[in-house]
Amino acid sequence: MAQNQFFIDSDKLSVAALEHKHLLESDPSARTDHMKYIEGMETISSDIMDKVLSTVKLYEYEKYTTADVQRALDSQTCSIEDFQALLSPAALPFLEQMAQKAKSETSKHFGNTVYMFTPLYIANYCENYCIYCGFNCYNDINRKKLNMPEIEHEMKVIADSGIEEILLLTGESRKMSDIKYIGEACKMASRYFRNVGLEIYPVNSDEYKYLHECGADYITVFQETYDADKYETLHLLGHKRVFPYRFEAQERAIMGGMRGVACSALLGLADFRKDALATALHVYYLQRKYPHIEYSLSCPRLRPIINNEKINPLDVHEKELCQVLCAYRIFLPYVGITVSSREQKHFRDGIVKIAATKVSAGVSTGIGDHESKYSGCKDEDAGDEQFEISDERSFNDMYADITSEGLQPVLNDYVYV
Amino acid sequence: MVQINGESIDAAGKNLRTYLEESGYVIEGIAVERNEIIVPKEKYGETTLSDGDIVEIVSFVGGGEESDTFKLGGKIFNSRFILGSGKYSMELIKAAVENAGAEIITLAVRRTNTKKNENILDYIPDSVTLLPNTSGARDAKEAVRIARMSRELGCGDFVKIEIMRDSKYLLPDNAETVKATEMLANEGFVVLPYMYPDLYAARDLVNAGAAAVMPLASPIGSNKGLATKEFIQILIDEIDLPVIVDAGIGKPSQACEAMEMGAAAIMANTAIATAGNIPVMAAAFKSAIEAGRSAYLAGLGRVLERGASASDPLTGFLRD
Repeated sequence: MAQNQFFIDSDKLSVAALEHKHLLESDPSARTDHMKYIEGMETISSDIMDKVLSTVKLYEYEKYTTADVQRALDSQTCSIEDFQALLSPAALPFLEQMAQKAKSETSKHFGNTVYMFTPLYIANYCENYCIYCGFNCYNDINRKKLNMPEIEHEMKVIADSGIEEILLLTGESRKMSDIKYIGEACKMASRYFRNVGLEIYPVNSDEYKYLHECGADYITVFQETYDADKYETLHLLGHKRVFPYRFEAQERAIMGGMRGVACSALLGLADFRKDALATALHVYYLQRKYPHIEYSLSCPRLRPIINNEKINPLDVHEKELCQVLCAYRIFLPYVGITVSSREQKHFRDGIVKIAATKVSAGVSTGIGDHESKYSGCKDEDAGDEQFEISDERSFNDMYADITSEGLQPVLNDYVYV
Repeated sequence: MVQINGESIDAAGKNLRTYLEESGYVIEGIAVERNEIIVPKEKYGETTLSDGDIVEIVSFVGGGEESDTFKLGGKIFNSRFILGSGKYSMELIKAAVENAGAEIITLAVRRTNTKKNENILDYIPDSVTLLPNTSGARDAKEAVRIARMSRELGCGDFVKIEIMRDSKYLLPDNAETVKATEMLANEGFVVLPYMYPDLYAARDLVNAGAAAVMPLASPIGSNKGLATKEFIQILIDEIDLPVIVDAGIGKPSQACEAMEMGAAAIMANTAIATAGNIPVMAAAFKSAIEAGRSAYLAGLGRVLERGASASDPLTGFLRD
């Protein structure tokens, strides 16, 4: 099977840094134990990871047949077994039927509404070496961390465009973007927006509690891949390398009082069917344990990054992505599904009619460049982007497009309590 | 040579785990027996196969003699029919138990003695597990007292909590039931709470340490069937404990339907006690419960939706 070539050397790295980078890349024994918590990381008692990983390990998607898929489509409630059939290659010829069923589930639970939000990256410093990510510590990019006046300026520009929900993001550097800094950004955001989400490095439950008090109400943590062995070969350095601590982030956030959590795998890194199964089961078991929480799923595919244009999602084509999203919807009819600007306009326009309930608009994954992007002039001082986006539609264009499809864009329907 | 699943294989000297992995077995899904002794999974890595070993590697497949049992408080039951003991004449109880194939029978503590020389226990076969209930209790405290008395009477650790504060409809009080469940579970009882099918109460009962939940199908003694069907289905879908449908089941077909939905067992009393022929009705319930269980395990067939929508293709936009 085709593989991505992730390793890129920058000529700006010192000899010693390059040497260490190469050692990490080539010698597994030079890397730390990815299943071991680092000091300071909170451990919680939870059986969810075991439940998810043991089911995924036994998943043999090749064994499912047309009859299994038909049965899954015909059943009133979708069991885990049915879901596994819907994710299997045997279900691909049933994509249209899956879409019809998914659409009916979506409209039962969400009517014809589509939520809109925008991400705001406030810093791109990162201490991890995740070989597929544009922010990785060895990648030669312009680094930037916005100060409070700069953050406020960005928020004003975004709020003026009409957006009411914001997702604050940082690179994963506790040193450069500490909790206090993120907390201040949350406080600022809650003055300009009615709903504030966070996508930052995983933290302990007391820190989630603090961020919740600062105004954040939901968190997104992507596990990237649920295949722990594969995870180890992709996250070579840094806190993010610790697989279980990341897996348990949602639970710690719930313990800290967050109102909603989102899970996702980055499709294209490993076996996408197994990763899709794991992602949905992660939500499924969380929901059973914490039924009062709002859950959502994302479905990002790998994208090219600065200095590596060739990265692509391999065997996860649009059809397969659509299959995963329909299966998610049928299995978990009540969860929100977000489709980001990693996907192109035609895909997002199509998928909001089937399964997605939330889309981003007016997106930049760079740092401090909203004004230039919204007004169309270049800002030399901006921090570089995490990945290339595929849908550059502004808030107004997105709003108009959703409306013209007969759907109802919702900026926010949130009551902060 | 090593005999593996009846075949001679050149695996002597080989590590068991290595052999299994190389042969493509999924370790999580198999059990291994070597020379008639089970090898625990964690020992695979340190087990070396020797010449002459006889190894059986098994996993579950459909069919066979796989038994469908259910577990309550560490005990395994083959029957999914729990019989009530009220409203009978004593001599009919034995016939009802036998014809129902019941392995659990409920008893009201107040009723253990009707006359000096007649005890209901004399009419119940020894193999049947006694499930004393707390009927008569109006709050958690009274239920706990009755449960302790029943244990003292030699009824074992099983107790069915019934707390009613309404003598007209006899509806269970969920809030008090949660309290009593917690207290009794802490005292080591196997607690089976009778409840109104409310999801939040059911979750509280799980957290309180219940061994199962027993939602009512319709008012007790009414024989009106699955009036709370949708809510019982929610409990079956969401609660990890056995859901035993209790109260209001009036006919075998209703018991069957509850089993088809995925209920773990059925509790019935009035439907049988007030039937024209008690032993025959007990047998009819037995058959219906077994049929419903089989249907559930088989997986129900599809229901055709009427007026299928002829909308435009939804997936026409997909590229690459």
